[in-house]
Amino acid sequence: VPPGLLRPAPARAAPLTARSGGQSTEGLTPTPFQDVTHYNNFYEFGLEKTDPAERSGGFHPRPWTVRVDGLVAHPRTYDIDALLARPLQERLYRMRCVEAWSMVIPWIGFPLAELLKEVEPLGSAKYVAFESVVRPSEMPGQSGVLPVLDWPYVEGLRLDEALHPLTILAVGLYGQTLPNQNGAPIRLVVPWKYGFKGAKSVVRIRLTDSRPPTSWNLRAPDEYGFYANVNPEVDHPRWSQATERPIGVRGGFFGAARKPTLPFNGYGEQVAALYAGMNLRRDF
Amino acid sequence: MAARLSAGRVRTLLYAVGLVPAAATFAMGVANRLGADPVNVFERTLGLWAIRFLILSLCVTPLRELAGINLLRYRRALGLLAFWYALFHVTAYVGLDQGFDGAVLLADITRRPFVILGMVAFLIVSVLAATSNAWSIRRLGRRWGAVHRMVYLAGLCAAVHFILSFKVLRVEPLLYAVVMAVLLLYRLLPGAVRRRRLAQR
Repeated sequence: VPPGLLRPAPARAAPLTARSGGQSTEGLTPTPFQDVTHYNNFYEFGLEKTDPAERSGGFHPRPWTVRVDGLVAHPRTYDIDALLARPLQERLYRMRCVEAWSMVIPWIGFPLAELLKEVEPLGSAKYVAFESVVRPSEMPGQSGVLPVLDWPYVEGLRLDEALHPLTILAVGLYGQTLPNQNGAPIRLVVPWKYGFKGAKSVVRIRLTDSRPPTSWNLRAPDEYGFYANVNPEVDHPRWSQATERPIGVRGGFFGAARKPTLPFNGYGEQVAALYAGMNLRRDF
Repeated sequence: MAARLSAGRVRTLLYAVGLVPAAATFAMGVANRLGADPVNVFERTLGLWAIRFLILSLCVTPLRELAGINLLRYRRALGLLAFWYALFHVTAYVGLDQGFDGAVLLADITRRPFVILGMVAFLIVSVLAATSNAWSIRRLGRRWGAVHRMVYLAGLCAAVHFILSFKVLRVEPLLYAVVMAVLLLYRLLPGAVRRRRLAQR
């Protein structure tokens, strides 16, 4: 059989080397690997937390390219292998889901700012839009019975948020390439925002002058704002955001009491200045 | 075989079997076998069984009227099982999930329609459970029926509460809501249509 006729096998986890970037959050205990990779919201593969791990086996994260264009001086298409060959950093971050559960994840990746600086945003660029892949044949959740979200999944950041040193593109976790269920081969991680801001399996990054539409905000604008900064003071209409359930804590049934949710998910010192003067209740 | 079992024994069996899901889920929780978010799974499982028993109790009347199957003597047991599961569900939410955090609970119960709907359903089934004994039936007389027709409101609230417990519309809660809606709409049919089958017997 000519090799070109065979689709590449789903990528197996490959070890990734990363140096400690100095940006990791000190003193956190990582959530067990099993939970990080088997308790996921990735609606492209289904609505249950277990669906992404169970139903992403047929997804092909290679070959893969990420197009970076829009209001930039030098639009570029990056190959995933070239991105993986960059100097990578490990970033141990808190992850707070809008559903009021949380994890601590040792990501591997590089600052999004690196990429953005290479393409040179024009002065008119104010926002960065992210687009995830659409592949109904490999992503069973994209052809469900009920309308869930419009595909592709889209997300966005203000340019200053995107350039912030805490904002990374992750290509791995726990010392290996990103598993399919976690957004292989490349995803956005913005640790001070609710998890849904972290677009998975990103194929396009576009700089714009107006605020890009974002998937959950389109679905329910009163429940999911554009900013989606973790904020214990601003509740979801259906539940409080004051506390969170840590996932995968030993003795989870009686032992894992809720813990208080921190403003900006504990990253206020680094990022609060981005929102100086803003009403975070209105711009939630 | 079934004919030889007395109604009392069937009721005892019904309670015993009916409480198995609660006991099994609790045991799995204690053994840390409910997955990564055990409290959430436990809470949802209990709520689901509350709705299931509520639906079963609402099936008794149409089964009798349409199919001539009389399960009236088991209706109270089904309703009480719905109450017990609702109580477990609320206890899990208040204690295990929210850790008796008064401020959060107060905000939930006063401000969030999702929680308020669930609470209304719970309060109703609590009142019905408390007045399900022979003494209350005698004491309330004709008003007993009026009080217990509040179960329809409880069913409606519970079905909407279940739909709202997910971020997006999902098939499972919609199916339960459809079943609930059919059972409630049946009550609106004219008496002549509903009791035809009874008259034939």
